[in-house]
Amino acid sequence: MQILKNKFIRFCADVLILAALFTLVQYFITTGLLNQYYQINLASMCINIILSVSLSLINGFTGQLSLGHAGFMAVGAYASVILTQMLGQPFIAGIFAACLAAGVCGFIIGVPTLRLKGDYLAIATLAFGEIIRVTLQNIDYVNGPAGVLGITKLTTWPWLFAAAVITTLVVVNLINSSYGRAIISVREDEVASELMGINTTKYKVIAFVIGAMFAGLAGAMYAHFFYIIKPETFNFLKSFDILVMVVLGGLGSTSGAIIAAIFITALTAALQSFPAIRMILYALILIIVMIYRPQGLMGNKELSRQTFGRIWSGRKNEHNRN
Amino acid sequence: MLEFTQQIVNGLSLGAIYALIALGYTMVYGIIKLINFAHGDIMMVGAFVGYFSLTLLGTNIMVAMVTAMIACAVLGVIIEKVAYRPLRNSTRIAALITAIGVSLFLEYITIFLLGPSQKVFPESAFPIKAYDLAGLSVLNKDIFVVVSAVVLMLILQYIIKWTKTGKAMRAVSLDQEAAVLMGISVDKTISITFAIGSALAAAAGVMYGVYYSTVNPLMGIIPGLKAFVAAVLGGIGIIPGAMVGGFLMGLLETMVSGYGSSLYRDAVAFGVLILILLIKPTGLFGKDTGEKV
Repeated sequence: MQILKNKFIRFCADVLILAALFTLVQYFITTGLLNQYYQINLASMCINIILSVSLSLINGFTGQLSLGHAGFMAVGAYASVILTQMLGQPFIAGIFAACLAAGVCGFIIGVPTLRLKGDYLAIATLAFGEIIRVTLQNIDYVNGPAGVLGITKLTTWPWLFAAAVITTLVVVNLINSSYGRAIISVREDEVASELMGINTTKYKVIAFVIGAMFAGLAGAMYAHFFYIIKPETFNFLKSFDILVMVVLGGLGSTSGAIIAAIFITALTAALQSFPAIRMILYALILIIVMIYRPQGLMGNKELSRQTFGRIWSGRKNEHNRN
Repeated sequence: MLEFTQQIVNGLSLGAIYALIALGYTMVYGIIKLINFAHGDIMMVGAFVGYFSLTLLGTNIMVAMVTAMIACAVLGVIIEKVAYRPLRNSTRIAALITAIGVSLFLEYITIFLLGPSQKVFPESAFPIKAYDLAGLSVLNKDIFVVVSAVVLMLILQYIIKWTKTGKAMRAVSLDQEAAVLMGISVDKTISITFAIGSALAAAAGVMYGVYYSTVNPLMGIIPGLKAFVAAVLGGIGIIPGAMVGGFLMGLLETMVSGYGSSLYRDAVAFGVLILILLIKPTGLFGKDTGEKV
């Protein structure tokens, strides 16, 4: 009974914190304290959080190196745009279509390729990502290489916030479920988990499809915020960007993925003022972080209530000793 | 039939360039199991060194190529020492991210120093002549590219098969710990591998410049990716595989743009890659090694 009560209190606290964060930002937007520039960065931040959390499910928790995440984002972006712009459906239908289309693509790609291991899987997913891009370039219905212009701006702060929160919730809860334990066992030792009776292919595909679906969600958000989508935007360099966030945050850490997504977006925004050396600095930071902290910022640890609790009690102990 | 043969002739020189770049990928992968994503950009640097050697120093094309090869060999060794060596014992994915970082660094430092616009390779350095061979038109640049690529590959084969350095390279790629026990300096061998791989990429860069007559800071990305596909096609880590894979890739690409749509050229290349990976993931020349538990 006590445990249930504690759980309920924690749940209420989480809801309150999230609601407060949401209302605060919404207040800043309505009062105009957050101008257009900050709003764009805020949107990129949320989209990057969705992307890196969903890729961290595949790369970090399942241990399957995927380099084609931008491809799924492209599928989602195009699917949602076709529904909202060309077929005149509401945004929510576009979002569901994006998740569905990206999920189906993830399934079609995942089933054959997930038999491969390590670098070979990375290469195959990279190739599939590029194939998705080249295919989109050759479809006249969506204007080929020119892409779709003048998309109505439907992505607003509530949508972005909800999308990021739902992505994180689904991934975290999945990892903490029995499915999640199976998924992590695949990462730790595929042979051993197979011997324990775990259908490794099934769990790999599940993680891959869910990751792809959320990449599709991010694509839908992206398309309806930035007015324009081009196949070129979703090339393998975009996949690398997402991978950088996941690795920088620490493989196997959802909070790490979120922190890294926020950090990279803020870094990109801060470097905008030095356009000439922006990418040089970005590359250098990447190399230096990897050399001095190859396990990423968080390693495979999570920033959670316990961490704060530990810091808090540590401080109290120190106080007592003094 | 004549058109078909003509396409093969065109494909060979492109294939030779891919094969030279693929060799670097495969050698580095064979020895430290790293997909060196910066390799295409080393080729770009080589092309620029060749360009400046031709325009500023006024050398001929052979000297330009040798200069580029030396410069890139040094660059390759520096990159390995600074960026990859500290990560040799950490996860593969960290090394991969570093390679991406190095790639971005090379691209954007070149843009910063030389500007983003493309530069025209001086035509006077290599006047184009066409020969007529039994109805086939063969350009002298095709002959130049294929002949120099084949010569370089023969030299590489000689180094790997017949010299002590080559023996050390093979030993390190087979079993690093055993190689150390046999008194082989692993660090030195890896440096030499990077030097040779980068020199080959530089040669490919100068050939690319002659072939397409332009160079630009982002020119390395796509050929780098294609050469990488070629290396996987032949079996990554296997040197003859990279050569065959490179030529196959070049032929395939000219065939697709010759007979089909050039828009689908890249998709077909990747499609072939996926087929290979699904049917025989170790590549055409790869041996299936049973998984040990």
